[in-house]
Amino acid sequence: MIRILKQIFRTGIVTEPLLPEVDAEIQEVGARLKEAVGKRFSRSLTIRQVDAGSCNGCELEIHAINNPIYNCERFGIHFTASPRFADMLLVTGPVTRNMEIALRRTYNATPHPKLVVAVGDCGCNGGIFGESYASIGGINKVIPVDVVIPGCPPTPAAILNGILRAVGNR
Amino acid sequence: MSVLLDAIKAFLGTDAGCDDRCQYPSSTMFCSVPRVKFADAAKAMKKVHALLVAEWAADETPFNRGFGIYACYRWGAEYLIVKTEAPFDDPAFPTLTKKFLPAYRFERQIKSLMGVTAAGHPDSRPWIKFEDWPEDAWPLRKSFDASKPMPRVYGKYKFVKAEGEGVYEIPVGPVHAGIIEPGHFRFQAVGEDILNLEERLGYVHKGIEKKFESLAWKDGSRLAGRVSGDTTAAHSLGYCMALESMTGCRVPERAQWMRALFLERERIANHLGDLGAICNDAAFAFMLYQMSRLREIMLRTNHKLFGHRFMMDRIIPGGVAVDIDANGKEIILAELKKIAKEFNRLVTIYDQNSSLEDRVRDAGILVPDKARRLCQVGIVARASGLNLDCRTQNPFPPYDRIKVNVPVLISGDVHARAWVRVEEVRESIRIIREILNTLPSGGILSDVGDPAPDTYGFSAVEGWRGEIIYWLQSGPKGEINRCMVRDPSSVNWLGLEQAVLGNIVPDFPLCNKSFNQSYSGNDL
Repeated sequence: MIRILKQIFRTGIVTEPLLPEVDAEIQEVGARLKEAVGKRFSRSLTIRQVDAGSCNGCELEIHAINNPIYNCERFGIHFTASPRFADMLLVTGPVTRNMEIALRRTYNATPHPKLVVAVGDCGCNGGIFGESYASIGGINKVIPVDVVIPGCPPTPAAILNGILRAVGNR
Repeated sequence: MSVLLDAIKAFLGTDAGCDDRCQYPSSTMFCSVPRVKFADAAKAMKKVHALLVAEWAADETPFNRGFGIYACYRWGAEYLIVKTEAPFDDPAFPTLTKKFLPAYRFERQIKSLMGVTAAGHPDSRPWIKFEDWPEDAWPLRKSFDASKPMPRVYGKYKFVKAEGEGVYEIPVGPVHAGIIEPGHFRFQAVGEDILNLEERLGYVHKGIEKKFESLAWKDGSRLAGRVSGDTTAAHSLGYCMALESMTGCRVPERAQWMRALFLERERIANHLGDLGAICNDAAFAFMLYQMSRLREIMLRTNHKLFGHRFMMDRIIPGGVAVDIDANGKEIILAELKKIAKEFNRLVTIYDQNSSLEDRVRDAGILVPDKARRLCQVGIVARASGLNLDCRTQNPFPPYDRIKVNVPVLISGDVHARAWVRVEEVRESIRIIREILNTLPSGGILSDVGDPAPDTYGFSAVEGWRGEIIYWLQSGPKGEINRCMVRDPSSVNWLGLEQAVLGNIVPDFPLCNKSFNQSYSGNDL
């Protein structure tokens, strides 16, 4: 136990500030995000992440916004296990044919008003996988999308920024 | 001289046509057998304790042949590819499932995607192909038009049923609770105990193998890098090495060492993430946050030095796309020093935390015998007593000049799989230091031509999950006719099904996380 405590104290708070150029962006995005989430979502924005066929790259970066350095919870953003509790769907990947129905169902299970954010180049337009017998293409081919976050995969800062845009749009 | 080739010759005699006409690299042996002897060849392999690496089919109608069925076996450093042919109007071959268990999935996949039947296979259900695909949709056949969307038809998938008093079923997925890839698991349980687990994957089938066939050779590495996003360096390396073996391209020495650098950095970053996630699933969130902090440090260094957090598209045919300077070396060495110090401190905490130990020890055991029969690879194999690592047994450059210590544990439980990762992180840190100290000078890229028509290329690369296999075939005009990708997950998913038996349902996330197999790499 003492070791754990020691390590916790030694680590301290590692949440940004970070590199000056990213720092400015995160601080600014973060502050605005916090404000928007505070005003429009009673300080709590709940996200359900759906992988509709990605290569797992985007998931890793979405994980990263949860790590202590980006620490998205400080902006009132957290992830939920069920679409029933979600304000926002964060969807990755080109929608595969085999995931199309599951994605529709998840969307239908999410209560109105709901936000949909497509993450990554594949989510925007199918990316390198394009459209084929197995891949339907971008998320907007299946469900309405509010905001897209390009990048392969987008950086954690870009993801936070995209979430802000979605929240701010409403 | 060669155990596998001798075994097959002794068993099949003149029926085995062994020629190395167009199989590259030349160290990989190739042998063709008549269709009726295909299963006998497997028997001969079983006798000398070889492992089945992969089994796949290729549509060879552009050469006016039928289908080529290939099985790849491994014994130590040796790889042997056994080929047989099936005519177009009679697409069938004898099943290998009775000899090698992993053939179970491979053959279902061959049937589903290529429309070639494994005669005698115990399970006729499709794999990857869903019940709502048209019956005659075989995307890997040349006659299939991949650019059009496929219509949906009515169908039903028959899950395994367990009956009896108190037996109930828990269906999970494809959309899971966490931030992970989609797949479906069906548990049959009594009380909390798992009687049976059935996986149904294929949700992320993006038609990658078919997509390769429409690409130019040089563009393939980009797609390979996105087979599984967390293994991007190893996958693109696998593709590049297979292609380079076909064209006779000599990769500059410096590029080879840079590739190893990327590979080891990828390994550390993913192992750090996994260790944190395993502890988190045992309700020890402290470790998740500490480990993900270290992981983030590595990703940022990657971004700073190589321009991408996961180093996607940095390994390209002929070499690498980025170089490192003296300043970059210093940055990595300083970063490793910091990570090594903190990592050791955290491992002590992991090791001495008794509540964590309660969960990870004796959970999800895959005994060595089972691991061997299921031909497991990578960390899963090494945690179950199998000393398998392409870096030591089939060393691709520069591993022929770097000594790699491979950790092997025999308990096969969640702890063993976590501990293999711990040891590998330490070893990789040592290897990166060695790489940086001996990095040869020179160019980082050489020219790659296009391969000659009707040749085969092969590569085996040790990714962080385990052995990745690429097999390429060029068509009559020298284009990509077939690109077979075998991610370690294709075999290791079977291990998970076995490892959770008798465990309690609440321990499944923990067991699953300790395997951490790729869905995308399996579904392709």
